[in-house]
Amino acid sequence: MSSIRIKLFASFMMSILATGCANLQPYDYTAYRQSQPRSILILPPVNNSPDVNATYSVFSQLAYPLAESGYYVFPATLVDETFKQNGLTTPVDIHAVAPAKLQQIFGADAALYVVITQYGSSYSVIKSAAVVTASAKLIDLKNGNLLWQGAATASSEESQGNSGGGLAGLLISAIVYQIANNLTDASYKVAGITSQRLLFARQPNGILNGPRSPNYGKD
Amino acid sequence: MSTNKPSLLIFCVLGSALLAGCATPKTLYQWERYQPQVYEYFNGQGKGPDAQILALEEDLQKIRAKGNMPPPGYHAHLGLLYSQIGKDDRLVTELLAEKELYPESAAYMDFLLKKRKK
Repeated sequence: MSSIRIKLFASFMMSILATGCANLQPYDYTAYRQSQPRSILILPPVNNSPDVNATYSVFSQLAYPLAESGYYVFPATLVDETFKQNGLTTPVDIHAVAPAKLQQIFGADAALYVVITQYGSSYSVIKSAAVVTASAKLIDLKNGNLLWQGAATASSEESQGNSGGGLAGLLISAIVYQIANNLTDASYKVAGITSQRLLFARQPNGILNGPRSPNYGKD
Repeated sequence: MSTNKPSLLIFCVLGSALLAGCATPKTLYQWERYQPQVYEYFNGQGKGPDAQILALEEDLQKIRAKGNMPPPGYHAHLGLLYSQIGKDDRLVTELLAEKELYPESAAYMDFLLKKRKK
């Protein structure tokens, strides 16, 4: 009985793993491939969660997966300063700036608009967990066209690297950062995992590899 | 029990082979403490620009020693920190370094350099 259960479990896990590698319902990348963005301007994320730390916790960790996927990513701190100097202090205002204006100042090919829907402790019946959920849209700054969109979530209750983590769990466990003690806050770490799930290339229906990636043009 | 072991073993071997097929451990850039430093800058819990400059310069030595590239934005962020302690010459140096490593940043770096001159 238990042998059958293990075999069933094994085949179930194999199918999950296989799904992780194959595109079953392919995303329509037509506009994305035509645009061929080289540089991406990540805008400060709009925060729809009650936690005021969400915007900058996520903002400071979005560059990693995008840059490692082969794109030039603009420096978050300077981008934020530039907006402030132009009187734009909230992400909502910044997201409303015309693409052409962004293109003019930053010279970016595309911009990434991120919205955080969940950040921080989420109390369920059984236990509490740090959960971060975000969605993103990649917009061509030359014409305002939507190139790609996606969403991701992560929770402190997941078992990383074990069966539950799947492909995403593995990507993350390879890139764990030690951060200063005063920053070791569960939500910040979970936000890092969410960012990677959201923006790493080589995921089903994810971002395509950029020009600086050795896999550029192969996906 | 003994009938379970072979199936478990096969599952583990196949599973790890599949996972290895998906993962690419080598990164394009050597990141060191860049992202946590950016977060510290934003949340204001850091020890001020001097300590952050020290951390980034220290990491830059490690990156250079290994012949790797610092990630996009690294030099520009370092320049911003220098400008906050009044070292505008270092801001210019770092913005130019960013532009040289990453020509994609040229328009924005020029925009920042021009503003500095005013």
